[in-house]
Amino acid sequence: MEMFREIMGRVSGYIYPNEIEINWSILIVVYPYLTGLVAGAFILASLVKVFNVKELQPTYRLSLLTALSFLLIAPFPLLLHLAWPMRSFEIFLTPNLTSAMAMFGFVYAWYLMGVLLLEVWFEFRRDLVVLARETKGVLRFVYRLLSLFSSDISEAALAFDRKAIRFITIIGIPSAFLLHGYVGFIFGSIKANPWWSSVLMPIVFLMSAIVSGIAMVVLLYMIITATRNETIDMKCLDKIVTFLFYAVIVDFSLEFLDFIHRLYESEESIQILGQLIALRLFQNLVILQVLMGMLVPLAILVVVELRRFNDDMRKLLYFISVILIQLGIFSTRWNVVIGGQLFSKSLRGLMTYKMEITGLEGLLTALVLLILPFVILTVLVRILPIRRLDQQALPPG
Amino acid sequence: MDRRRFLKGAVLFLPACGLLSTAAQQALAAAQAKNAAAGEADTGLGDYKPGDHWYGMGVEIDKCIGCNRCVEACKAENDVPRDMFHFRTWVERYKIRHDGEASVECISTQQGKEATPEADQDVVRTFFVPKLCNQCAHPPCTQVCPVGATFPTEDGVVLVDKERCIGCRYCIQACPYGARYLNPLTRTADKCTFCYHRLVKGLVPACVEVCPTQARVFGDLKSKASRLVRFERMNHISVLKPALNTVPKVYYAQLDGEVR
Repeated sequence: MEMFREIMGRVSGYIYPNEIEINWSILIVVYPYLTGLVAGAFILASLVKVFNVKELQPTYRLSLLTALSFLLIAPFPLLLHLAWPMRSFEIFLTPNLTSAMAMFGFVYAWYLMGVLLLEVWFEFRRDLVVLARETKGVLRFVYRLLSLFSSDISEAALAFDRKAIRFITIIGIPSAFLLHGYVGFIFGSIKANPWWSSVLMPIVFLMSAIVSGIAMVVLLYMIITATRNETIDMKCLDKIVTFLFYAVIVDFSLEFLDFIHRLYESEESIQILGQLIALRLFQNLVILQVLMGMLVPLAILVVVELRRFNDDMRKLLYFISVILIQLGIFSTRWNVVIGGQLFSKSLRGLMTYKMEITGLEGLLTALVLLILPFVILTVLVRILPIRRLDQQALPPG
Repeated sequence: MDRRRFLKGAVLFLPACGLLSTAAQQALAAAQAKNAAAGEADTGLGDYKPGDHWYGMGVEIDKCIGCNRCVEACKAENDVPRDMFHFRTWVERYKIRHDGEASVECISTQQGKEATPEADQDVVRTFFVPKLCNQCAHPPCTQVCPVGATFPTEDGVVLVDKERCIGCRYCIQACPYGARYLNPLTRTADKCTFCYHRLVKGLVPACVEVCPTQARVFGDLKSKASRLVRFERMNHISVLKPALNTVPKVYYAQLDGEVR
């Protein structure tokens, strides 16, 4: 009874009794955040190969590896969230074809195996062969294994690699759109939930994914060059930030349009959604997502575009804005996933999400899942050269 | 084994598996058809033929006295957790004040029990609304289930297969009526089944059986002699959230517009 009173104390208005539990926890917030980074980083990479944006070449491989590291961890929040994780393979074996979620396995497998791994392999194949020749011992075997024991680095073979990369990237762009558009669809197609049910949802998810992915690559590029005592290619950085700037503008316009649309349409749910924003999400939505995560970095980027700052000042401003953007996009995911569960479908009351700290679906698990991709990326950039090995340095044979 | 042979084997392996499983499924279907033809289909249902029925429930708002016996019976009959916030069925009390404002409380959880009698002075009318899974004819929950663990039966009841549910809770999100919950004991999605285990024996659901005022009416819409058919003919019928087009099969008589 005490527990009941305590729980009911966190409820305002009337909710259906079964709604007391928030069913999708922080792990489901982490999931779209991770896949968003994947899609965004991949789309940044594809600008080099398909749209021939030469300035971005220095970050091409880093973008690919970032996408790969995050994609490898992306299914884990979903898996840990399942009440019966051991049954998850059912989604692959006997999927219910009317369910958006049943497509997860196929979309994921296609994107991982059909696009990213293939592109990474073709991109790094030549360097892996070279590295396998140059190194000795266990590492030599690792490189040979990673190159799948291929050894042909003749010009004809390299030309094939380049062709393959271009082909995969062209297929990869719609696949990246599909991956994140689909995550948005999972929410947007729930008509029972007026906070989610919106045809704009997949597009908003996609644009915010592009924003977060580009911002993450900028952040990683700056950190990696700093830790390696290398100089940042400012032409490259400026160019990426220009793309980031446009992406933020499009993303912000779409979110604003979604907001206006809801307000103008003003269905029966508008009152409870207003209360939701005012009473439960004000800090996360208005302060973190819109102000800190969107308007402030946008203002910074506008100022950088308008005024000619020196390199160091630009770097500092870029660094601040990409961190703020990450914060903003994570809040976006939070506000969609958790926000959509904080009001009752009776449209008469609000719940509160009390996050676990140590539980399987708690804060610590979420943090581990957010840190793991960086660990994988660290290992990847240690093993794989994120700059092309110099052609002249080729040993004979 | 050389690499070429290995790769060839690997390429052939998947389609071969597909063919084998199709063949196995067809053999199973043939065996079932044979059994059915011989009248030996072992469904565990005896003489009961699901295709002959189409079940629904009627609720007469004016008759419900809010005694909560249906809730108790449901919990006892279906092993619903005895705590304060897992329900296959629950009862709401609506109070309409002079200014037209409505307030709602759930008398099954005793939400809002602290209200003082003074707070009720302004109330012009009050009524009870029993809620349960609406057994939709177009159920959004079965559409979204990634593994098909929740499914409609031929006789119009939506069920959950405990052995199959992976506990992703997408169905709970998709249900507009708050009728589903994750059962903490089975860790699978749970909801009202119209007491399906009783239906197949020709009995009515537990909540219907215990209702002292017969506010709940259970019946088969395919049978003209059914109480529910008569109930539908004699009353002005409404369903909950009709705009969502879920086509509920829980029919309310004298339902107030405030109820959602």
